[in-house]
Amino acid sequence: MTAQAKPISKNTTRILGSRALLLPGLVIGIILLILCLLWSITLGAADINTQTVYDALFAFDETSFQHLIIQTVRLPRVLAGVIVGAALAVSGAIMQGLTRNPLADSGILGINSGAAFAVVMAVFLLGNPPLSTYAFFGFIGAGVAAILVYALGSMGRGGTTPLKLTLAGVILSAFVSAFTTAILLGDQETLDKIRFWTAGSLAGREMPLVLQTAPYILVGLFGSLVISRQITTISLGEDVAKGLGQNTAWVRGIAAIMVILLAGGAVALAGPIGFVGLIVPHVVRFIVGVDYRWVVPYSAVLGAILVTVADVGARIIIRPQELPVGVMMAFVGAPFFIWLARWKVKR
Amino acid sequence: MSQLNAHNLTLAYENALIIEGMELTIPDGKITALVGPNGCGKSTLLRGISRLLKPRGGNVLLESQDIWKLPTKELAKRLGILPQGPVAPEGLTVHELVAQGRYPHQSWLQQWSPEDERITHEALEITNVTEFADRPVDTLSGGQRQRAWIAMTLAQDSDIILLDEPTTFLDLAYQIEVLDLLHELNVERGKTIVMVLHDLNQACRYADYLIAIRGGQINAQGEPSLVVTENLVREVFGIDCKIIPDPVTNTPLVVPVGKARKGRLHLPSLNGKHAEPVQNP
Amino acid sequence: MAAQHELKSTWITIRPRWLSFRLDKRVPKIAVLILAFTFITLVFSISYGEYDISPYEVVRTILNINQDHPDYANYKLVVHTFRLPRIVLAFLVGAALATSGTLMQGITRNPLADPYLIGVSGGASLAAVTIIVWVRDVPIGVLPWAAFVGAGLTALAIYTLAWKGGKSTPIRLILIGIALESVLGAVTTVMLLFGNINDVQQAYVWLSGSVYGRNWEHVKALGSWMVVFIPAAFLLARQLNTLGLGDDTAKGLGLRVEWQRGLLMLISVALAAAAVAVAGTIGFVGLVAPHIARRLVGPLHEGLLPVSALFGGALLVLADLIGRWAIAPSELPVGIVTAMIGAPYFLYLFYRNRNQQ
Repeated sequence: MTAQAKPISKNTTRILGSRALLLPGLVIGIILLILCLLWSITLGAADINTQTVYDALFAFDETSFQHLIIQTVRLPRVLAGVIVGAALAVSGAIMQGLTRNPLADSGILGINSGAAFAVVMAVFLLGNPPLSTYAFFGFIGAGVAAILVYALGSMGRGGTTPLKLTLAGVILSAFVSAFTTAILLGDQETLDKIRFWTAGSLAGREMPLVLQTAPYILVGLFGSLVISRQITTISLGEDVAKGLGQNTAWVRGIAAIMVILLAGGAVALAGPIGFVGLIVPHVVRFIVGVDYRWVVPYSAVLGAILVTVADVGARIIIRPQELPVGVMMAFVGAPFFIWLARWKVKR
Repeated sequence: MSQLNAHNLTLAYENALIIEGMELTIPDGKITALVGPNGCGKSTLLRGISRLLKPRGGNVLLESQDIWKLPTKELAKRLGILPQGPVAPEGLTVHELVAQGRYPHQSWLQQWSPEDERITHEALEITNVTEFADRPVDTLSGGQRQRAWIAMTLAQDSDIILLDEPTTFLDLAYQIEVLDLLHELNVERGKTIVMVLHDLNQACRYADYLIAIRGGQINAQGEPSLVVTENLVREVFGIDCKIIPDPVTNTPLVVPVGKARKGRLHLPSLNGKHAEPVQNP
Repeated sequence: MAAQHELKSTWITIRPRWLSFRLDKRVPKIAVLILAFTFITLVFSISYGEYDISPYEVVRTILNINQDHPDYANYKLVVHTFRLPRIVLAFLVGAALATSGTLMQGITRNPLADPYLIGVSGGASLAAVTIIVWVRDVPIGVLPWAAFVGAGLTALAIYTLAWKGGKSTPIRLILIGIALESVLGAVTTVMLLFGNINDVQQAYVWLSGSVYGRNWEHVKALGSWMVVFIPAAFLLARQLNTLGLGDDTAKGLGLRVEWQRGLLMLISVALAAAAVAVAGTIGFVGLVAPHIARRLVGPLHEGLLPVSALFGGALLVLADLIGRWAIAPSELPVGIVTAMIGAPYFLYLFYRNRNQQ
């Protein structure tokens, strides 16, 4: 079996053919994102009209109940969605470029499970650690999982193939999840604290937690932007990149740190949400081609839009109850994964 | 009338028509080689006449019976096929592999008759793999492995054996070893052998009957010494060549002309330095 | 002709008048060893627990020859009503999963295929969870049927989606199985989120794979499926061997490949579904048992199937014992234990096969 990781995309078809359109396209994306955010804020147990939303944001009135709801419940939630979406999408884009594997995604590669395990473990061992430490434990778990899966998936003669990486990720997930479940089964209290979180959800995320995690993710996003040109080179293949004089080990190291900051931070904030990092980069490359200087910012914007819309969907689909957004993403993402497995993986 | 022939045969993959309306007759008791450039449909044709690929039209007849109407095991007793680059499960020994060739002769109740045992041993001996019988197939060299697979096909005890590029992925020495074995089977056991071959010179040397295919059509067929001409090679393979008698077997030997190094001669290098090419006198 | 080599037979041949069979010489020896091992584990497993019974008395209670013992009534209750059914069930579940895994690996020609990995058990558990949470109070015999329908539909979907250009490749089967597993997992999560909390708690334990609190009804429910499908699997051993040589070679040998593959898939799915229905999702047994069995008796299925089934059964009895002992007085579901043992083993396998992928 030689399911060779093929170059992810040939620069043949893309929607924004001319470079001059790239910047306006990004601006339109950001405007679209803002509209989605406003839409998301208006929806909820009680719908609030856009005028009130605008007032709550820019002319906050402490006595207004609606303004209070917006400031303390809905705004943190949509901000969490934006951060998580951007982080997952960019981490997916970088992983796909780095491993030349079209199926790379923090959920599939076991990074989410690793982070989840570390957080559950922390809650179990430390009792009730402050929310601010969730992110820290998330990073440790994500980091260890990422390194393990990559090491396992790149063993052997063929280097990293989609099948090897995917299997390594799935197995590591199964292994780590077994321990997570063991802890949760043995400890009702931890299970209770963490049940909705393990399904991947934006519900009930409060401002302090969002603000605790945001810096890490912003550093990750900024760092990704900085190394995006190097990612473009390395996505042509290790040997080509070396031939072009790149210090590939160094680039891989930095990129891995960015992935861990992004994916670990996202999991700490929202629990494991799969498939965002899988879908968005493919769509983005379809729009802007393979230049990661553009893939990274577009992924961030589109990822944020996707998660925001998915969260809206999760809230309105079975009103008045709501689905975890992670479940919504599985419904959208798995068909996409199947499509990729059918058409993008040779043999 | 020959045993195996095809009438008005049309073969196609999903949306690509490979062979259309072909008439084909495989001579009995001879070695037939199918040759042609890549993608000409020679492997497809082999799959078509061995029931691996269902024809879009026409039919393949074995002793005047449509092979698609015969019970599968009945066909397998008369016609064996060795696909290209077969892979055995890890750890399967040669003996076990060859015994599997008896599958069409077995039933729920008769799973290992004395005859199965006898023919399996015979097949191991003929192909000279008895000494490896208890070794896993995946530990053998390329040539030994291919002989083991041929032994499996032989244990099937069919009169006709079809082989798809039996020499690919083999070193030159092993290629000759395998072709010699097939020749032996033909001469000593009277097997009808049909094989797809990549190398035109090997085909000329080992085949009694050559079928040259190009673009899904039979371009020429017959005894190699009569069929293989400079014209045919140009038509079928699109290359200019000279044909000289093979110094060993006196069969046609195709020497491509090409462009490079025409009329030049390389001297062996001395002191590690490359010798200058000199003009041919 | 070449020099004669002595061909020493590694097979036992049995040939009464109109029958003939062969079996690898290693098989009976190994089967006996595994059975002995299973019996010892079984006795220790029964003797271990809150109410300790010495192994000696366990054996006597099973054989029903210690009626004069003062604690006889207690022994009989604990052994026959509480512990024996659970352990017998563990054995049956292990055997069913191992057989299912062996078949699936044979069909896909991939040593890494496992009902748990490729989504079939996801379909079975979704169907069963739906029944547990939404229908409630159904007789246990219904669950295997529901699980079978769920698993069958999933298998069909995987097969259909992996089908392209007239064939389905093992790589696509595995990747698509993984994707479907995540969708089914998502639907199951939804079921659990909105079910009654008591049902959910139960379903949660059940989902992680457990034989806790099972009784003879469960044994009967699974047993009646195994009585049909295990012999069916053994009868198709030769076809499975032929399939292992590749589709083209198998067709050349006169095997009706797609038909046989479908039939074998059906048996494999039925066994996995029945096991999931009574014990939840238990991963890796279907992967580890066939692999170790293959190293013991080679790749021919006449020997591989029975050895793998026995080994799977023994493995699960042992895993269940570990689960009860590890964090006593609580207990780990057996599915968690198999994942903890199985995943590292899988990674080792992965490492060994690293150059073939």
